[in-house]
Amino acid sequence: MTDASSSPRTSDATPERPPLLEMRGITKRYPGVVANDDISLDVRPGEIHALLGENGAGKSTLMNILYGLAVPDEGEILLNGTPIEIDGPNDAIRRGISMVHQHFMLVPVLTVAENILLGDEPMANPIFLDRGAAHARIRELSSFFGFEVDPDAKVESLSVGWQQRVEILKALYRQADILVLDEPTAVLTPQETREIFTVLRRLTSELGTSIIFISHKLYEVLDIADRITVIRRGRVVGQRVPAETDEDDLAELMVGREVQLTVDRGESHPADVALRVEGLHVRDDRGREVVHDVGFEVRAGEIVGIAGVAGNGQDELVEALLGLRPVAGGTVTLNGAHITGASPRELHRRGIGFVPADRHRYGLVLSFPLTDNLSLNDYYHAPFARGLVRNEAEIRSYAERLVGEYDVRTPSVTVDAQTLSGGNQQKLVVAREFDGDLTLLVLDQPTRGLDVGSIEFIHRQAIAKRDAGVAVLRVSAELDEVLELSDRIGVMYRGRLVQVLDARATDREEVGLLMATGGRDTEPPIEAPTAVS
Amino acid sequence: MVRLGILPAMAILLALVVGALVMIASSPLVRGSLDLGLPLTAYGALLSGSFGSVDAIINTLVQATPLILAGLAVGIGFKAGLFNIGAQGQFLMGGLAAAAVGVATAGLPPIAAIPLALLAGVAAGFAYGFIPGFLKAFTGAHEVVTTIMLNYVAIQIIAYVVSGPLRGENVSFARTETITSAALPVLAGRNGHIGIAFALVAVPIIAWLLFRSTLGFEIRTVGANPEAARYAGMRPRLLTILTMAISGLLAGLAGATVILGTVGHIPAAYATGVGFDAIAVALLGRSHPVGILFAGLLFGAMRAGSGLMQIQAGIPVQMVNVLQAVILFFLTAELIVRYLFRVRAESAEISELKTITSSYGTGQAVK
Repeated sequence: MTDASSSPRTSDATPERPPLLEMRGITKRYPGVVANDDISLDVRPGEIHALLGENGAGKSTLMNILYGLAVPDEGEILLNGTPIEIDGPNDAIRRGISMVHQHFMLVPVLTVAENILLGDEPMANPIFLDRGAAHARIRELSSFFGFEVDPDAKVESLSVGWQQRVEILKALYRQADILVLDEPTAVLTPQETREIFTVLRRLTSELGTSIIFISHKLYEVLDIADRITVIRRGRVVGQRVPAETDEDDLAELMVGREVQLTVDRGESHPADVALRVEGLHVRDDRGREVVHDVGFEVRAGEIVGIAGVAGNGQDELVEALLGLRPVAGGTVTLNGAHITGASPRELHRRGIGFVPADRHRYGLVLSFPLTDNLSLNDYYHAPFARGLVRNEAEIRSYAERLVGEYDVRTPSVTVDAQTLSGGNQQKLVVAREFDGDLTLLVLDQPTRGLDVGSIEFIHRQAIAKRDAGVAVLRVSAELDEVLELSDRIGVMYRGRLVQVLDARATDREEVGLLMATGGRDTEPPIEAPTAVS
Repeated sequence: MVRLGILPAMAILLALVVGALVMIASSPLVRGSLDLGLPLTAYGALLSGSFGSVDAIINTLVQATPLILAGLAVGIGFKAGLFNIGAQGQFLMGGLAAAAVGVATAGLPPIAAIPLALLAGVAAGFAYGFIPGFLKAFTGAHEVVTTIMLNYVAIQIIAYVVSGPLRGENVSFARTETITSAALPVLAGRNGHIGIAFALVAVPIIAWLLFRSTLGFEIRTVGANPEAARYAGMRPRLLTILTMAISGLLAGLAGATVILGTVGHIPAAYATGVGFDAIAVALLGRSHPVGILFAGLLFGAMRAGSGLMQIQAGIPVQMVNVLQAVILFFLTAELIVRYLFRVRAESAEISELKTITSSYGTGQAVK
């Protein structure tokens, strides 16, 4: 293990200064699991301390303890050398500890100022808010970090990147000494990430704020952190300084074995066009057109990625392709047959499988047993039902076959889906959607929130399907996800498919820039030969 | 199944304790002095009045029948994620239609009159449940709001129809003629009409529908996760309408059974709370048909035994309403029950409460 004191990167984080925050020997047990097992962590003033670990490693539990949402069974927390007990989030905030959650805790219909003030409203008198003072303070804070945010803008009108800034402003407004950022870059483009990193660095260097940065993205952690603590299965397995480690080292620490960070995807052998989309227009719930004139093709045996920052129309595009949203114009064909506006059931019958981004919301019925979840698409026809009558025996034996084939770890097929781990839940969805004769597979961020092992599994399955001649369409707001497997990558920007790139001839920066700007300020990138756009 | 029953059983137990405390506290007024034994006397009378004799048991069944049927109506709604407060209105409309046809078919033999009157009640309930289902599916109007309003509409329709066109000739107050040919035959005891069988048959039918049929699977899926149902190719809109209509059908059957089997006519100002009690029955029965059967029997037994309780212990029949309310209170305030009995979290939360509290005023049409 590297001695943490050997080469601090910033002068502020010198070892001579006593730690601002210390968590000593934190242990937290839940029935059947030890979420935190004797974890110690110290954060110095002005330091960016990264907490690295897979999902379920215990990062969130540790931060919940710090934020007063959970009480540790053992261990103590010291702030400025004094042991403290944190009695809920309000107490944490009072003590200068602020948390920016992965899913923003903003009220979309309120303005930036209202969101920032919420819970700590400055009063001009006992009845009325002191809006003037609040606005002045917000402007002062935001200009200090080199960005101007309009305090009267509605949060729902802001991009995710800006919402992230509002969350950070909110924490600063409450004069946080310690800022906990939970996967802050999950929804940002590389450019937005860089901008946020600039803000974070100013925070530490000029205000002396300490930052706990939770992430599982290795290159980011290496970029921003002064020190990195790696957690695996509730234990601290190592501490590193960026200068003395690299991605492979961190990955091995995090997973506990050597991992292949990039999947060996082999050559693709695209055949005939399976999915053809031409001039597609789609409206959102409010009737605004959010997909304009989109056209592309996916051939059998290739993986096409669609990248785009959340809210650029790709969700609506996917929903329209799957029959979940009406098509306002254009055509969709599958192996030459018109499927424009077909129902989800009809599309499923024609061999379209779909793994949704939010498995809890769209992919599974958590309170149902595995049997029902695995037959969710096919419950209504033979052999699972005859007329109105369900055939429980068939449903069960089918479920048992899939659970075996897709290596779903479960005590039985009759337990509820909610009792499984996230990775196994996703395997459940994958098993159901991948099984059978497929023509097209639509994957919407299929590995979000999964551990490395499950991601490897799902990637291998996707490549196997590709090699078996299935057309795969992979949609994601996360750049890395799209880059991983795709043979070609289309970028959505403001409802248009602005470019289709050859995945082998592009990189993170190019795709990220396209996602952020729509490519207005760049030279024309290489056009893939089959692009219709 | 057993897991589902833990919280309701504890709620009942706690309600009996609270009821006992209320009785003891009120004993100086009832008995003239503090009487610690009063609850025992009262509960004893309640028990013998509901299960103490053949007549008592039959009375319990008669009281329980509409509660079970309407309880199934509310329960099937919960299964689909719908809170049908309109069982009351559907019950009334079912009763009105049954009474109207029952009066009109006085000249027909019972073998024709009874099915026609029942069919009318069932159809009226179906239609009256269809309306809020349709409104929810296509406009997003929340069923809680629409069904509450439709309950008032039903009251007014009865008041108008029965005091006007359907008013009987030689009646002392505004009501329909007495139903003769369409009256449900009494099979046992003084009032053990055939409607009891409807309730006992409806329980396994609804259980089969919910747990063994594809339609029930769709209903439960829409209730548990409407988005996943849509993604799986089910049609939440259609299912919302169908479930509300089936719910109305059951409540309408309950109304028809009471009017044809027990009351024998329908008054212009028909006072009943069956449709509302049915919500408590469905909650207590955890929306499971078998649970609803037991919950309906319990509430029916309390209604049947309350008379004897008043006579023997001097406790007014309204005590039953107190017990019912306290049961409901402990069911909804399940945290209290969990704390008092140290129940572990796994013992199946009351998922129906989510339906009750969720989605008010979201104004979203079902997709």
